[in-house]
Amino acid sequence: MLQLQYFLILAAALFCIGIYGLVTSRNAVRVLMSIELMLNAVNLNLMGFSNYIDPVEIKGQVFTVFVIAIAAAEAAVGLAIVLSIYRNRDTVDMEQFNLLKW
Amino acid sequence: MEIAEGVRLVTFGILSFLMLGAALGVVLFANIVYSAFLLGGVFISMAGTYILLNADFVSAAQILVYVGAINVLILFAIMLVNKREDFKPLKNGWLRQGSIALICAGIFTLLSTVSIATPWKISTTTPLASSIVPLAKHFFTDFLLPFELASILLLMAMVGAIILARRDFIPDNISGETSTQDSLTLPERPRELAGIEK
Repeated sequence: MLQLQYFLILAAALFCIGIYGLVTSRNAVRVLMSIELMLNAVNLNLMGFSNYIDPVEIKGQVFTVFVIAIAAAEAAVGLAIVLSIYRNRDTVDMEQFNLLKW
Repeated sequence: MEIAEGVRLVTFGILSFLMLGAALGVVLFANIVYSAFLLGGVFISMAGTYILLNADFVSAAQILVYVGAINVLILFAIMLVNKREDFKPLKNGWLRQGSIALICAGIFTLLSTVSIATPWKISTTTPLASSIVPLAKHFFTDFLLPFELASILLLMAMVGAIILARRDFIPDNISGETSTQDSLTLPERPRELAGIEK
């Protein structure tokens, strides 16, 4: 029988993969992809709680829809920033975005 | 939905295997185009998991928004910044990767221990047949203000993305002779297109 814990553990694994990619990847676009992975893990948590704890007032699904909307806005702005930095620095290497480093 | 428990369990196993494999591919592949397509695989298997959780509307929205919009946007961004460059290896790079892998394993252990050890108050009522009508009631009664604010946020993000991704504005534009034919176009610096390195 499917239980809530399976979904929570799956979401935790996805979130940890997202953190690993966020810290270790050098390409700026891949960093944005890792952020999308982490947002999806949070969505999976919300949906699991919504189905197993609150199946009548499905407020978790409402929050998931809001998170999807915020993620779309974040992806658009983030990719625009990456494009702008690429025009300035002519690279997408995260280690060379050191304009603010003292 | 009336799906047998065994079928649900097997489906969950297949979907989680696909999801974790594709997520590892997103993080670990060297070619970023493969990563972008595998990210679409992660999103699609996530939509399947939502169907297992009795959420039909959110599953469709996941496919429409993530696979149809965000993944295509990421592919366009990869195409626009497509420059073959070999990243110089960092000194002590293995130390950073090993330590962050340890930290991630620790976070995963902590989260899974918490989710197993906590006594969740599982509700025993049967889930609704369709989630669309309760979702719409939420959106237009008690979540009306966040729902409208989300549209304003999307508009702000769209304008901000356009402003950020435009080419530079010319501040010392000659103000005397404003030609009439480009009164509807934003002034921007002419820039030669970057050639494709062969």
